[in-house]
Amino acid sequence: MAMLESQAWEGFEGRQWKEEINVRDFIQKNYTPYTGDESFLAGPTDATNKLWGALQKLQKEERAKGGVLDMDTDIVSSLTSHGPGYIDESLKDLEQIVGLQTDKPLKRAFMPYGGINMAKQSCEMYGYTPNPELIKIFTEYHKTHNQAVFDAYTPEMRAIRKNKIVTGLPDTYGRGRIVGDYRRVALYGIDTLIQEKEKDKANCGCGVMTDDIIRQREELQMQINALKGMKEMAQIYGYDISKPATNAKEAIQWTYFGYLAAIKTQNGAAMSIGRVTTFLDIYIERDLKNGVITEEQAQELVDHMTMKFRMVKFARIQSYNELFSGDPVWATLDLAGIGVDGRPLVTKTDFRFLHTLENMGPSPEPNITVLYSSALPEAFKQYSAKISILTSSVQYENDDAMKPVWGDDYAICCCVSATQTGKEMQFFGARANLAKCLLYAINGGMDEKSKTQVGPAYQPITSEYLDYDEVIKKYDVMMDWLAGAYVNVLNLIQYMHDKYYYEAAQLALIDTEVRRTFATGIAGFSHVIDSLSAIKYAKVKVVRDEDGLAVDYEIEGDFPRYGNDDDRADEIGVWLLKTFLEKVKKNHTYRNSEPTTSILTITSNVVYGKATGAMPDGRKAGEPLSPGANPSYGAEKNGLVASLNSLTKLPYEWALDGISNTQTINPSALGNNDEDRKNNLVQVMDGYFDQGAHHLNVNVFGKEKLIDAMEHPEKEEYANFTIRVSGYAVKFIDLTKEQQMDVIARTCHGEL
Amino acid sequence: MKEPVVGRIHSIESFGSADGPGVRYIIFLQGCRMRCKYCHNPDTWASQKYESQTSEEVLKKALRYKTYWGKNGGITVSGGEALLQIDFLIDLFQRAKEKGVHTTLDTSGNPFTREGEFFEKFQKLMEVTDLFMLDIKHIDPAGHQDLTGQPNENILDMARYLSENKKDMWIRHVLVPGYTDSEEQLKTLQAFIKTLDTVKRVEVLPYHTLGVFKWKELNIPYGLEGVPTPNQEQIDLANKILETKSYL
Repeated sequence: MAMLESQAWEGFEGRQWKEEINVRDFIQKNYTPYTGDESFLAGPTDATNKLWGALQKLQKEERAKGGVLDMDTDIVSSLTSHGPGYIDESLKDLEQIVGLQTDKPLKRAFMPYGGINMAKQSCEMYGYTPNPELIKIFTEYHKTHNQAVFDAYTPEMRAIRKNKIVTGLPDTYGRGRIVGDYRRVALYGIDTLIQEKEKDKANCGCGVMTDDIIRQREELQMQINALKGMKEMAQIYGYDISKPATNAKEAIQWTYFGYLAAIKTQNGAAMSIGRVTTFLDIYIERDLKNGVITEEQAQELVDHMTMKFRMVKFARIQSYNELFSGDPVWATLDLAGIGVDGRPLVTKTDFRFLHTLENMGPSPEPNITVLYSSALPEAFKQYSAKISILTSSVQYENDDAMKPVWGDDYAICCCVSATQTGKEMQFFGARANLAKCLLYAINGGMDEKSKTQVGPAYQPITSEYLDYDEVIKKYDVMMDWLAGAYVNVLNLIQYMHDKYYYEAAQLALIDTEVRRTFATGIAGFSHVIDSLSAIKYAKVKVVRDEDGLAVDYEIEGDFPRYGNDDDRADEIGVWLLKTFLEKVKKNHTYRNSEPTTSILTITSNVVYGKATGAMPDGRKAGEPLSPGANPSYGAEKNGLVASLNSLTKLPYEWALDGISNTQTINPSALGNNDEDRKNNLVQVMDGYFDQGAHHLNVNVFGKEKLIDAMEHPEKEEYANFTIRVSGYAVKFIDLTKEQQMDVIARTCHGEL
Repeated sequence: MKEPVVGRIHSIESFGSADGPGVRYIIFLQGCRMRCKYCHNPDTWASQKYESQTSEEVLKKALRYKTYWGKNGGITVSGGEALLQIDFLIDLFQRAKEKGVHTTLDTSGNPFTREGEFFEKFQKLMEVTDLFMLDIKHIDPAGHQDLTGQPNENILDMARYLSENKKDMWIRHVLVPGYTDSEEQLKTLQAFIKTLDTVKRVEVLPYHTLGVFKWKELNIPYGLEGVPTPNQEQIDLANKILETKSYL
């Protein structure tokens, strides 16, 4: 584009970003790294307290009503479907940053494009009846993604879905995981973005209408329409976003409008915000310098934006909630990281976003993610560790591992997966249950639960004791089959999603020449490792039922388990990861996307476990699988960092979609006082990430969590909840109630 | 080639954060002569149940975690009573110091004496020990005898000896209501600590009952049945008297 100039850019340096859409260049030329500590931060304003108070009241009502406060049953959600909505009508003048998914707070929108059945069921589940006219329209006149997918499914696809060897296929709702570069709205304004997309459309192909050109032309027009829709959407709230934002408040508001457009039109399983802090800091710094705002006002803007992220809701059905435990959105928001030039991308605004967890208390959303490196400014690491310990609401991902692959302007698009902001999209879907696949290998493709032939009818293993070489041989070919079937079904789903539920708003904020990755996933990781290790290092006897199907296993002797820094077990994990990805890569992937894989079943492990029979590692039928790349429950015998070391051996380059690890630490286990705890947590993360590990979810449980664990010991998350005091460790749920009360009393005071 | 020195290991913990400075790899040794009524690791008392490992093997395993130790972490040997295996300790810490690893010894001081072979070895050990963590269970000799079944004179003497030789130490005191929490007792303890020159930290460890189930498993009657854990006021008072904050 011709070099643009705008009054709005007064004081901003650089040239390239004015000549093309290039937010990264703008950031690099203009941001101010901050190496100081948190002492500059401001507390919540009166307005923040009032609004947050009102929102908390609504959240309480929502819980009291069984999880849903209100639902739309008459209006199909679109960019402009609803009038303006506010947290509280009487407080609306206090809201610095505005915009809701519908016209009322926490009211869930009606989103039928993914599938009318799910939209209908989610209403009925909570006692609402959707307008029959809408049901008719989306059944008789307008095809949905869900309908299209099921039209095309093969019998094999239905079988792998039904038997849950592949689970979590996005065939009834949005696939999610596409992060628009929402910053573009603020930096350029909508009009420039439309012009650029129109130019792309004009230059799309030479005029000969091949499949891909036709599709691209259609998609570009949808994107242009979405951009126009965003302008109208902003207008509803009294804002004109056609031109660049002129100050911090507008930059934050414009950016949020970009995100709001996404969540009004898509109900993907992950709807991430991306990497906005360093960008927004440039505007805040300028306003602070010019005396336009104070630190209190800057923090208020950040608090109010964050409050909006805490309000994102979608209508879901029971089975979805079971799969994803609770009501997650994965509105992931990234902080920190280090630029390719070596300057930390940490700004004061990165502190301000962490500070929202103090000003408004802990919250699962937005999913605040620190892009970690031991080279981050020490004061930031310390503050982040402090907030982690205080709230358990921060996760960490290794910037040193991701930067060589994705550059220094990537964003996390789900829980742990990176994509380049504005340049990339992801075709995501589901996980292959490799634990179940091992059972298929033993049983010749026969499902151990349904007793139907799901996989190919290869020769089953008939010996009394499992032989390692024989198992590996059979597992290898069964994985070949599974990888093929899995990629196949995903190809079909992604095709239909593009056709019937295209993410026009997000993709309008991404380059037309988009890089596409094809993200597969693995479930049951630790159980396969431990099972193969048991077969190799101990003796595993097969228990067969009257039909000759292997249904249980007896282990004789000891064997090394994943999660103890024992290479014998950990090497099996590396082999498993590489083998599976190699098999995935053999297959054609939709739109020539690049196949990757992940080990990151953060919450769906319970459902996967229910559908999986007994394993040769001693895990009983139906028990939860361990989440992500976590070691199995009870396997870790040598403490936290031995477990972490096992994780560091998994090569990130082979799991570019992410390797998740969730660790729960009692505050007392981190040290005897606040200062020690903070330092020790930083030390653990330095040690872990310096060895190349990808991700760490740090839970530092305080009193509330402990009380919950005491009252609900049956919850899976507490199964391995270890508390530590000096020189001693014990599982919390193994203690008597009195002892638990004792620990709670101690934790309450913070010193053990 | 040096003769391998073998230790009797009870267990290891790869992530210790409450037993010495920073993040630490903790080696629990088997065997103890003290019979503290509140012991939370009675499973380390008996000397016959253990795994034998050479100091070389132990250090090799520990060094896998070096990246987590940063500037101030390292290894801690605890127990049981580590000083009962002083030959192993010396060899392990010598090897650790060769690799630049910070060494901490967590001890009750019970085996200490300024006599004979032990004393000669102890001086060698001091050379390769960066920090001593000494538990003073009870400042009063009779009270100590009652609580632990052992005298405390040599334990206090060890503290004096470390001070004389400019060795850094942390003093720790387990706070048991009705046993080790009287103001008078704490003040006497504080007066003793004040006579030492090299104390870098004083910690109050509130008595807890989390190890009681181990006594039951071992079929040993628990001597502090019904003794409550200290409340926050009692903990605060002990911290105040012992001036623990002044060291942080």
